[in-house]
Order: sequence, then structure tokens, then C-alpha cells
Amino acid sequence: MLELAGVGHRYVRSRWVFRGLSLRLSPGTVTAVLGPNGRGKTTLLRCAAGLLTPTEGAVRRDGPVGYVPQVHGATFGYRVLDMVLMGRVRHVATFGVPGRRDRRAAWDAMARVGITHLAERPVTELSGGEAQLVLVARAVASGCQVLALDEPATGLDLHNQVRVLNLMRELARQGMTLLATTHHPEHALHVADGAVLMHGPTEIGAGAAADLLTGDRLSALYGIDVRIARVDQDGRPCRVLVTDYRAS
Amino acid sequence: MLREATDSETADHGPVTGRAGGLARTAVPLAVLGVAFVVISLAATSVGRFGVPFPHVLEIVVGRVVPLHRSWTDAEQNVVLLVRLPRILLAALVGGGLAAGGAALQATFRNPLVSPEIIGVSSGASLGGVLALLFGLGAVFQVGGAFCFGVFALALVYGITASRSAVPVLMIVLAGVVTGAFFSALVSLVTYVADPYTTLPAIVFWLLGSVASATYAKVTLAALPILAGVALLVSLRWRINVLSLGDEDAASVGLRPRRLRWAVLAAVALVVAGAVAVSGVISWVGLVVPHLVRMWVGPDHRVLLPASVLMGAIYLVGMDTLARTLTAGEVPLGVLTATVGAPTFFVLLRRNRHRIWDHA
Repeated sequence: MLELAGVGHRYVRSRWVFRGLSLRLSPGTVTAVLGPNGRGKTTLLRCAAGLLTPTEGAVRRDGPVGYVPQVHGATFGYRVLDMVLMGRVRHVATFGVPGRRDRRAAWDAMARVGITHLAERPVTELSGGEAQLVLVARAVASGCQVLALDEPATGLDLHNQVRVLNLMRELARQGMTLLATTHHPEHALHVADGAVLMHGPTEIGAGAAADLLTGDRLSALYGIDVRIARVDQDGRPCRVLVTDYRAS
Repeated sequence: MLREATDSETADHGPVTGRAGGLARTAVPLAVLGVAFVVISLAATSVGRFGVPFPHVLEIVVGRVVPLHRSWTDAEQNVVLLVRLPRILLAALVGGGLAAGGAALQATFRNPLVSPEIIGVSSGASLGGVLALLFGLGAVFQVGGAFCFGVFALALVYGITASRSAVPVLMIVLAGVVTGAFFSALVSLVTYVADPYTTLPAIVFWLLGSVASATYAKVTLAALPILAGVALLVSLRWRINVLSLGDEDAASVGLRPRRLRWAVLAAVALVVAGAVAVSGVISWVGLVVPHLVRMWVGPDHRVLLPASVLMGAIYLVGMDTLARTLTAGEVPLGVLTATVGAPTFFVLLRRNRHRIWDHA
């Protein structure tokens, strides 16, 4: 469970990034945070994960929140297993090294994410999609029940986007609570139960994805004509996003 | 809830292989290096202008612990116990300490080409050392001064580079060059005002870097800060892995990166100050040794740090043996390590240039 009550944040001597945000995330749900660049999506995520203390308001967490940062180049070529083990920091004594239980948790997390075959590979030799999955596995290994993911599917090819989104759904099905920023409303349509639309510092819509992820709302959010079309995919209804690419 | 791993999973690829693989990766390199260190140190004790047969070296050393039938001469015993052994111990301490410090700094700055001298710590520490020599303050002040100024130099570099979360390597190198140049200028100032008949020769010889004047008193003096620093670094070895991911990643898994980084930097300053205080500036060890060890055992600091300690000790004992046997006189150790280290750095730089300059 994760609950934000009247949360607002401003960096030192700067304008408010956002204010008065209240949000309640239940176990087994995925919540997508959408908004144009620079509206504070990542700041919100960092406040929720406890990496940043909000200037005002309160964040209530049952336990620590696992944060999944964006993928970036690694300096040292640690093996994937060692990288996932690093998620166990909270469980290992300051002067200690990971033990049997930590290794078991790491293997278990890799199995849940489906990357056990990568265990011995150096992280410097992974593709973008594999690297993203390793970061998710690291957060899962930490034992956190709530995950905050910063644009987990950005920069991945179509196959890996689908892979990461399905993984998020699966983790939610297993009872975890997920909060993820995204630049792809379509991804939100696919995985999200709840949504947060960040129009401006105080104009923030939060609620059920079904209510918020509509053509009108998304058009207002991005300032461009967006429609949601329903298509039939092998007899199952499927929603897709249609954008007017001629608009500038 | 974490799903329980099934038995077959555990047997297939779980902690079982994890541990067996870990043993081969951890224990074997450390055992090889440990044995090599003992053998090379004893061999180094036997060679020199006054040769002592290797069996005699063994007997003299073992004879200190258990009573043995005396088959060696007094001269041999004096050379081994009073001249060579303290020197080898000092070289091992300094080499092991500098290599561990280099490995830890490379992780902290997330760059495999950082070393204590590149980031200005050695220059800072030498200012502290020469000031103590200038004022004739004695050995304890020499270590204390070297430590204070070493930490100060490190804080300067950190202050210059820490304003941004992702620091390009160029920024670190430049900050280190600036800090190093500043302290080198102050060292020059001290040598300029030093008495040319009394303190100046001591300062100049000390700055060249050498373990030639080793005594057991010096070994004890250096052992305190170096062993304390190395012990702290080695016990933090796994957290140093996490720190080397960068602040954002480290914080995301629950580590407090700033606190740990300061602990690591203080430990490195302790080691470098101890090393500089007793042996002057012996450069390139902290850069070359961890890099070579990383090529062998990989980047995991659980192995890399202790392996660097042993490899650094072996390297400096070997170099010092060359320094005292290559010529009839004696080549200062710092001069020798720099002549070997600089070309090695050049080769590493060429091999790694893409990764180094692309990294932000």
C-alpha cells in the first residue's frame, strides 16, 4: 500500500513542481503517471519512493519502495547475478556480504522476471531490454512490495516494450503495487488500473484509468488531438491510440 | 510475496552453483596471490648485494618463532632481520594499501582510471609531510600532517566534482590536476624556504619516494593508518560494489551513497597518508595494480579489493627489490614505479579510450 496525501514538492529557490497531490495505491494494481516533459513525473516518483522528501504533504508506506531507475550505461561489468544481489542492501549488514538467503532471493527474482539464463553475463554486454529487466529483478529481489518505475519501457524495441509491460501486469497479479511513469499513453491503456495526469503544478488528475485515459483527457494533456479507437483482436476488444500526426 | 524457489530450481542453478562458482572466483585467486606473496617476499629477502641463501632466510625467519639449530652467520641474520625484512614489510604495506585505495577510488568515482595521485591526495599528503619535515616535528606529526592535508585535498576534488550527479571523467581528472598542482606549488614553496644544508636534502629524498630507510619503528607507524584504512575498505567491499553503480542506483536499492562515499574517501586518505608519510610519493601503484587485478578476477570488489591488496604488496616488494639490485647504487622506488607505471597507463588509456570518454 502506498498513500500520498496533499503532497507537493519544490526544489530550493524554484517554482512548485506540483502541489496538492493525493493518491492511494492498492496492492495488485498498476498506476501510470502521464504528462508532457518537465511536469514533474519523475519528481513525483522519487517522492513516492522516498528518494526525495516532499516539501509538503505526507507519504505513507507499509515498507520501503523499490525504485527502478532508467537504464544507463554501466561502468563496471558486474555479472547479472551480482547486480540483482545488490537489491539486497537493506537485508545485508553494513560490513557484511550477501548470504544464502540473499542469493536465493536474487535467483527467485530473476526467475520471476525470466532472466535466469543471463545470470553469468556481464551487465555491460546486455541489450537495453535485458538491462531493464535486470533493474526490475533487482527491485523485486529487494523484497519491496511496492515498485516505482521510471519510464520502464522507454528506449526499448516493440518486443521488449511488450515484454516489460506484461511483466508489470504479472507482478501486479502476484500482489505487488506498481507506480510507473510513461510517455506512452498506449502502454498505460495496456497495463494501468489507475492513472495520474500531470497537466500543471496544481492541475493533476488522479483516478481510475478507465475514467482518465480517454481521448478528450489525453488531448487536453498533450495539446494534440488524440482519440482512442477500439479494434477487434481475434475476438477480444482492444483499445489503441490514434494521433493526428499532421498537427504540429 | 516472494515465491519459494522449488527444490529443482535450487539444485539446477540456485545457491549451489552460486557458491561453487563463487569459491572458484574468490578463493582460488586469493590463495594463489597469498602464496605468491609469501614466496616472493622470502625470495626478495635472499637477494641483494649481500646474498643470503634461500634456505638460510627460511631458517632465520622460522627461527624467530621456534628454536632451530643455528646454521647461519650473524651477518646473515642481521641483513635479513634488521635490513631487508623491515624494508620488505614496509614495501608490502605501502603497495597493498595504495592498491586497495586505488581500487576503492575507482569504484567511488565510477572510473577505472582514477588513482590516489590523479585525484590530488598524494600531493596534499606530501605537503603535510614536508611541512612536518620543515619544522622538524617528528614522525607522528609527519603522519598526522600527511593525513590532514590528504583529506583536505580529497575534499577539494570532491567539492569541485560533486555538484552534478553524473560527473564526466574529464571533470574528475581536471579537478585532480588543479588540486594536485596547487599542493605541488605549496610543496615547492616549502622546499624553496627550507634550509639547504639540513632540511632540504631530507625533503627532496623523501619526496622521491623510497622505502630504503625502513625500520621496524617506521613499519609500526605506517601499519596503524594503512591497516586501519585497508580493513575498513575490505569490510565495506560489497557496499562498494553498490556505491559504484552511481548515486541514483545506490539510493534506489536503499544505500545512503553520500555517507558511504565519505567513509571510503576517509579510509583512502588514511591509507595514502600513512604510505606517503613513511615512503614519500610512490605513484602509479594505485592505478596499475587494481586495473591488472580487475582484468583477472573481474570487477566484484568482494574479490577485487583483497586481491588488489595482495597484488599491490607483491608488486611493490618486487619493484623495491629491483630498485636496490638493478644498479650498484640505488634507484629511488618512486622513480622506478613511475617509469613502469606511466607507459602502462598509456596502454590502458589507449585500450579503453572509447569507454572512458563515452562515459558520463
